[in-house]
Amino acid sequence: MRVELAPIAPELLLVGAGIAVLLGGVLARRADPLAHLAVSLAGVAGAAAASVMLWSREGATALAGAVAVDRFGVVARLVLLGVAALALLLAHHTLARDGELRPEVPALILFATAGMTLLAVSADLVTTFVALEVLSLSLYVLTGSSRRLVSLEGAMKYFLLGAFSTAFFLYGVAMAYGATGTTSLGGIAHALAGRTETPALALVAMALLAVGFGFKVSAAPFHMWTPDAYQGAPTAVTAFMSAGTKVAAFAALLRVLDVALQPLGWDWGPVVAGLAAVSVVVGSVLAIAQTDVKRMLAYSSVAHAGFVLIGATAPGAPGIDAALFYLLAYALMIVGAFGVVSLVSQGERGTSLEDHAGLYRRSPVLAGLFALFLLSLAGIPPTAGFIAKVSVFRAAVEAGHWWLALVGVLASVVAAFAYIRLMVLMYMREPVGHREPDPSPVPRLVLAIPAAGTLLLGVLPGLVTDVLGKAAVLRW
Amino acid sequence: MIRLPLVLLFSAALFSIGVYGVLARRNAVMVLMAIELMLNAVNVNLVGFSQLWRDLAGQVFALFVIAVAAAEVGIGLAIVLLIYRNRETIDLSEVSLLKW
Repeated sequence: MRVELAPIAPELLLVGAGIAVLLGGVLARRADPLAHLAVSLAGVAGAAAASVMLWSREGATALAGAVAVDRFGVVARLVLLGVAALALLLAHHTLARDGELRPEVPALILFATAGMTLLAVSADLVTTFVALEVLSLSLYVLTGSSRRLVSLEGAMKYFLLGAFSTAFFLYGVAMAYGATGTTSLGGIAHALAGRTETPALALVAMALLAVGFGFKVSAAPFHMWTPDAYQGAPTAVTAFMSAGTKVAAFAALLRVLDVALQPLGWDWGPVVAGLAAVSVVVGSVLAIAQTDVKRMLAYSSVAHAGFVLIGATAPGAPGIDAALFYLLAYALMIVGAFGVVSLVSQGERGTSLEDHAGLYRRSPVLAGLFALFLLSLAGIPPTAGFIAKVSVFRAAVEAGHWWLALVGVLASVVAAFAYIRLMVLMYMREPVGHREPDPSPVPRLVLAIPAAGTLLLGVLPGLVTDVLGKAAVLRW
Repeated sequence: MIRLPLVLLFSAALFSIGVYGVLARRNAVMVLMAIELMLNAVNVNLVGFSQLWRDLAGQVFALFVIAVAAAEVGIGLAIVLLIYRNRETIDLSEVSLLKW
């Protein structure tokens, strides 16, 4: 049997670059960290090129049904690789500044990225499980990588709740296997289709998988680890995991819902709608109560998980299209927002709301960038966040869930208060204390990339709608 | 041959004991062990279903779960050890700098 490796070439390149960086760290102890960064970025670029090559070879599945080869996978991978490149650059700068840069950090970011991209293309629940663990195990270590107590505590909470949720996910997989006799997404759909009554085991499986994915995408009420892990992790790592985990886990969730459980659409529809409503409300309301910017952004990410779920309630291509656009916009703005925080703060200090007071006086560029990302998170035009919100609401209304769109609009109004309060602090208050933000120009240039993306998608969304429309079909 | 309902009941009981342990125990190592119980409940289930369908995929999956669980425990114990060196305690209710 001939084994085709092209469909997983991006993952192989990422893991290869990660191993090269690790070995380099051991063999050449005095090597310049810039060399590690160069190897990592080369790996990411190679993986991106390998993904683009898969665009034209849309087929069913490869490697004995383990991974899907489709355009949805290509787009999701490219978003993830972009996030990884930005995170590598930010982590290199901020961790070197704080004296915490070790070769393990870029290597673990590469391994986590490989897990994320594999998760986004998995066509079998075994692949989903292995990819989920590759990504989670790397992120547990990255969260605790600074060895400060806050960081370790965040890592422990993230680890315990993550492992707990993995057990629920696995129990769900076992139930799906029991109900259908297969773990491949297409096989499960085939076995469930055309039955007049749904087997109870399949419903149990659906509920348990929803719990497992709910933890990973940090949808309320499974979001408890999110603020602790996001606050504890070094800020550049937070930028990476907030964007990457969400994009990858949602890609896998969409595959499970729209392929494997597609025959149970009437059963999971209300579950997803309920999770979405609870997430947007809980995330938006608790974001207001925060005094720490990283925690506020963490609760905002819970709310954003809810918005993506609102899009996912629409079955089929329109829902996938809307969710994919939302994930792209969300990845740009959350990486940017945490990137700004990583420059304003230093280590674990300087992340409170007070520390951002008068930011405009100290660094107009950072204040301007942060304001743009916050406006986009709030969903105010002309930013990507606005178009993204409109598209998920439209998908939900067209699918008949107008009440869900209403809850979403109300929650965004509530959440806007948290973002605008921070902007008022930055622009209209005098600075408190003597902390100066990081003065170096290179990370500002890096942050200009997501900023340009946020603006461009907000003004000319037509640039990507064509590509996303072609990518909104899942193959199995 | 053990009948399938017995296997499923046993696995459900094991899983529930694990969930109880995670929620009720305050010692981080005990919580880790409870998570292991939950993963092993999954393995029992997978092997039972594999017998039901006369299909080896379930048993192979159980091997995957065992391997990944080992990696997970390795990382979990490393984190617990680092916290112990910092704080001289692994009581979860005492490790709480991060709130709300």
